[in-house]
Amino acid sequence: MTQQPVALNRTDKPAAVASATKMVIRGVSVYYKTFRAIKNVDLPVYENRITAFIGPSGCGKSTLLRTLNRMNDLIPGARVEGKVLLDGEDIYAAGQDVVDIRRRVGMVFQRPNPFPMSVYDNVAFGLRLLGIRQKSILDEVVERSLRAAALWEHVCDNLNQSGMALSGGQQQRLCIARAIAVEPEVILMDEPTSALDPIATLTIEDLLQTLKENFTIVIVTHNMQQAARISDYTAFLSMDDDRAGYLVEFGPTVELFTNPKEKLTEDYITGRFG
Amino acid sequence: MAAEVRRVSPPHCLSASSRLSFRSSFKRFSDLLMQPTSSSSWRKRLAYYFKHGDVLWWTLLTLSVGVVLVLVLWIAWQLWVQSAAARHAFGWQFIWPWAKPVWNPALDKFQAWPAIYGSLITAAIALVLAVPLAVGIAIFLSELAPEWLRAPLNYMVEMLAAIPSVVYGLWGIYVFLPLVVVPLGKALAPLGEIPGLGVFFRGPVPASGFSRLGAALVLVIMILPTIAAVSRDVLQAIPRSQREAALALGATRWETVWKVLLPYGQSGILGAIILGFGRAIGETMAVTMVIGNSAGGGYSILRPGYTMASIIANEFAEAVSEMHTAALIEIGLVLFVLTFLLNALARWLVVNKTIKRA
Ligand SMILES: Nc1ncnc2c1ncn2[C@@H]1O[C@H](COP(=O)(O)OP(=O)(O)O)[C@@H](O)[C@H]1O
Ligand SMILES: [Mg+2]
Repeated sequence: MTQQPVALNRTDKPAAVASATKMVIRGVSVYYKTFRAIKNVDLPVYENRITAFIGPSGCGKSTLLRTLNRMNDLIPGARVEGKVLLDGEDIYAAGQDVVDIRRRVGMVFQRPNPFPMSVYDNVAFGLRLLGIRQKSILDEVVERSLRAAALWEHVCDNLNQSGMALSGGQQQRLCIARAIAVEPEVILMDEPTSALDPIATLTIEDLLQTLKENFTIVIVTHNMQQAARISDYTAFLSMDDDRAGYLVEFGPTVELFTNPKEKLTEDYITGRFG
Repeated sequence: MAAEVRRVSPPHCLSASSRLSFRSSFKRFSDLLMQPTSSSSWRKRLAYYFKHGDVLWWTLLTLSVGVVLVLVLWIAWQLWVQSAAARHAFGWQFIWPWAKPVWNPALDKFQAWPAIYGSLITAAIALVLAVPLAVGIAIFLSELAPEWLRAPLNYMVEMLAAIPSVVYGLWGIYVFLPLVVVPLGKALAPLGEIPGLGVFFRGPVPASGFSRLGAALVLVIMILPTIAAVSRDVLQAIPRSQREAALALGATRWETVWKVLLPYGQSGILGAIILGFGRAIGETMAVTMVIGNSAGGGYSILRPGYTMASIIANEFAEAVSEMHTAALIEIGLVLFVLTFLLNALARWLVVNKTIKRA
């Protein structure tokens, strides 16, 4: 971890402006078989805001993020206790359709993972899953999504090129375009820039600021500067002696970084541990 | 970095200068072997060459590639030379589908189309039936089976691949032909009445069950584990992130398999299918045991026949006349060329698809 003080670029954060609560994590614990990776976390996610999860490696940031669209269901032996509300409804309640939840809560991963198909087919993938076949609709959404992901200028003259042929940063923006094409309400991002160079990272950070006008964003980052630069709210997680992750502090990013309530938070953001 | 690159790139990728240095270091290595030196310095210098393994590595590689190349060319040459008598006597008529199908050692008249047809039709039927089944098994093993079921199922698939073909042949004769092929053949026989398509189903199927259909079905079981195991490995090698990407977009498990995993693994699965086809067309023992080994039978899959491999296995030891031997060797040549072309086609397909994608 870097020792330099955390720079807060934006002081005019809209965090103070009231915003609806999009999702609520209520009393959530996550187990991998018998190991408890997350212990009793309570957390709100505000609409049209960027919420960042920070904390030392292995404290369960990814695990917590993946409870928001039930990606943990895919891991054998993983079990979630507690509630995760999306617009007031528990997504873990019996009878909830996982496929539908994942459409409403999209995800972008740590490493860019485009499908080995054309740029166009990558972006149209989710729409085709929804049964949309009409060329004019697909064309329009593909263009709109690629524009929103700041990638249109780079690929517009050859949408048939393979998504794998793009640079790392472009691939990640393609993945963002792919995620927003199905118009999710929330987008989860798990360290989306950790595999990218600084310039590509900045492009994506800028992009997030425009995306939040239309989407609610939850982002995991182990880079505190990034959290400070881009997020409106920050949740700081840590782990206790039995390696179970728990929430130390949650609040508007400005407050958390300038005036942390917990000693542990202060130690972490000043680089004394983590 | 440069050394690193040199170690992994094949010789034809090297620049002229590095090829030169490769050759000169090769020379140094052979010099070394000639030098009368004390054993301790011997060991030191050998250790040096093993440590800086470029030279040794390339020598071994070049040698092994050379051996394979020489072997292939040698086999082709031998087949060509030894089949000269038959090639001169029968020309292209030998493999021409519409030539008169004779196979008469007494008159020294031979025509290979029935055997070629037998190979193609049995392998084709086997593939058509085995591929969907095998890919289904692969999908189940890699994507759907619960954890506890995977190990035993994998083990069984691998066991199936390891059974010697003569055992399949015996099992075919005593169990599979009477219990499955004969009833199935009887059920299919009415199709023989259909004009046109009927030629493929003209009965009756022999009471023993010896038939092209029997051979094809035994082949299904023999190539099933090969295709299934390789396809499973292909699917398992696909990064988790591909599955996650699809599922996070709201794909069901089925859609993930169908729209992401199979396209991603298509070239590998195609490779698996070609492997299976190679095994089917080259399989000798089991096929010879169940196909009935008789000329004639027209195009019917319900009748006994030959395959290229089975006719060679069946007659080569008893071939007395020179022409008979030459004809059998020419069939070997055809089999060789056919396998070669099929592999080339497969390779071309794989490369084409892969390049289109990447
Ligand atoms: N699939 C899994 N199976 C078992 N344990 C896991 C799995 N994924 C993560 N863990 C464990 O859960 C804890 C939290 O992991 P993770 O959520 O990836 O942390 P972070 O993203 O904060 O680095 C770690 O101790 C990790 O070893
Ligand atoms: Mg993580």
